[in-house]
This record gives sequence, C-alpha cells and structure tokens, in this order.
Amino acid sequence: MAHMTADTPTTATAAGHAEGQQHPIKIYLLVWGWLFILSTCSYLVDYFGLEGYLRWFLILLFMMVKAGLIVAVFMHMAWERLALVYAILVPPVAVLVFMMIMVYESNYTFFTRVVLAMSGS
Amino acid sequence: MAEPTLMHPEPSTFRSAGWRGVTADWSSDQRAFKNVSWLKAMMWIFLLSDTFIFSCFLLSYMTVRMSTTTPWPIPAKVFALEIGGTEVPLILIAIMTFILISSSGTMAMAVNFGYRKDRKKTAALMLATAAFGASFVGMQAFEWTKLIREGVRPWGNPWGAEQFGSAFFMITGFHGTHVTIGVIFLLLMTRKVLRGDFDQERRGFFTSRRGNYEIVEILGLYWHFVDLVWVFIFALFYLW
Repeated sequence: MAHMTADTPTTATAAGHAEGQQHPIKIYLLVWGWLFILSTCSYLVDYFGLEGYLRWFLILLFMMVKAGLIVAVFMHMAWERLALVYAILVPPVAVLVFMMIMVYESNYTFFTRVVLAMSGS
Repeated sequence: MAEPTLMHPEPSTFRSAGWRGVTADWSSDQRAFKNVSWLKAMMWIFLLSDTFIFSCFLLSYMTVRMSTTTPWPIPAKVFALEIGGTEVPLILIAIMTFILISSSGTMAMAVNFGYRKDRKKTAALMLATAAFGASFVGMQAFEWTKLIREGVRPWGNPWGAEQFGSAFFMITGFHGTHVTIGVIFLLLMTRKVLRGDFDQERRGFFTSRRGNYEIVEILGLYWHFVDLVWVFIFALFYLW
C-alpha cells in the first residue's frame, strides 16, 4: 500500500469522492427491517410491563443495538477510516464519566432532601 | 492543496506577517481525515458537539429524576391515547418512532441513488423523508397540545414530580427543532437535486461553491443523527 501514496493528494481525494459511499440497497432495507423489529421489541417491553433490572437491561440493549446499526450502516461509519471513527466515537465516552459524577451528586441531593424532610417537619 | 510546503518548508521570509499570516498559517494544508471531504468532516464534528448538547439534556433529566423525593409521573400513562375506548400506552410515541425510522430508511436510499446520479429517485426519496419528518413534527405538536391542555407546565404537572415538565419540553422541544431544521434543508436540497444543480455543478446561491451529490450524504448524516437522538430519548425518557 505504501507505494500507492505516491499519488498526489488531489487525485487521491478525487478518487475518494468518485467512489463515495456506494453500497447495495439491500443492506439498507435489511437494517431498516431490523430497526423496526428492535423498536417493536422495546415497545413491547413497556406494553407487557416488565419491571426492574430486566426492563432496564432490555431497554438499554435495544437502544444500543439500534444506535449501533444507525451509526454503522446508515451513517456509513463502518466503512470510514479509523482516524475518523475514533475522532468521533471516542469523545462521547466522556459523557459516561459525567454521568457517573451526576449519579453520585444526585444520590447526595436525594439523601439531603430526605434528611431535611424528616428533621424539618 | 499546498502539499509541497509540508515537505520543503519555505524560508520564513516568504511567510506573511500580521493577520494575513494568522489565517495563512491556520489554513495551511494538513489533513487528518484522508478520504473524506472537509464538508463531511465538519458535519461529523458538528454532530459530535450536538451529541454533547443532547447528552447534557439527558444527564440533567437523569439528575432531577434521581434526586427528587416525589414520584416521577409514569410515562406509559401520561403518553397513553384512548383508541376505541381503551387506553393504549405510549401508542403515539411508538408511531412517531416508526415514522422517524422510516424517514431514515428513505434518506439512506436517497443518498445511494444520489451517488448513482439518479436525479428523480433521489429527489422523490428526499421528499418522502421530508414528509415523514413533517408528520413527526405534527404529531409532536399534537402531543404538546394534549399535555399542555392536561396541565403540564415546566414548573408542575398533575401527576408527580414538578421537574417532569421542564425535562419533557426541553428535550423533545430541542429534538423537534432539529427535525424541523432538517425538513427545511431537505426541501431546499430537493429543489437543487430536481433542478440538476449537482449534475451541472451550478454554484450555490449562498456559498457560491459548486455542489455535488456528496451534499445529499452530508444532509443524510444530519438526518440520521436526529433519528439517533430519538432512539436515546425514546429509551431513556419514554420507556425508563
């Protein structure tokens, strides 16, 4: 592959554009179908009134699979170079850290509210 | 594409000074994303920043919901609709979800036909996407009207924790705004596709740049992102 880079950058980009993101229509229809099935599943979780950890696990599972399908196929992330994939998909991990901080914080707020309610009345 | 300057640095005397120098230095050619155009890269970076905006909304919703001592209203009951005398939980939200997924499907195919330079099919599929998007916004307007009539306000509601209203209006309102903007741009770009702007490389009225069918893919990225955000809202706000 190294000798391929002898191409001037201009022709390289032009070739990249000409290719575009061409994939068979079939794969879009397949993903479309799966998104319908997964959405129905997550709706049924609510419809049948599943509770507790099973409910949360299923909701998160269907959510992540749907998100993955949309990003990978519809947004063509599966065919992009890793440099772009990492640049876009790694930063949101910071949100998880933020989430853990806020879980800690809201537990504390809840605790102080309960204490205040008990002592205040 | 001033690639040579990377390999053979010019003597500093050739570099301009002052503000001209600032712009020249910052715009010197150094590409990190080799096979995507800057248009697509910038759309991705914009979507990344948008991810953080929606994450902040969802995190603040999580925070108020976890820290309130009054019970949270049950979404399945709040968003139930009466159809034929029976209460069907979350039915409108489910329909909205399917509509948005369908719009994502038509958009993905529009991108595909765009790269095949099939003007008519691209335009038709983009119009279908816009129609799905518009009906989504319409249903959201209906939902807002219903809830406001029932007494939901950003500062309170009849069923429980007061923060429910503010979280609901903020999150769905911001998402609906994104859908609306998407519909507007879809209609604008459909017109361009139909007129053959991308075949004749006609210059845009605003940027004066020559467009090509990659624009359809970039608009598609935005549209799929709107669908993606709805996946998270549906799971975390409506189903949780």
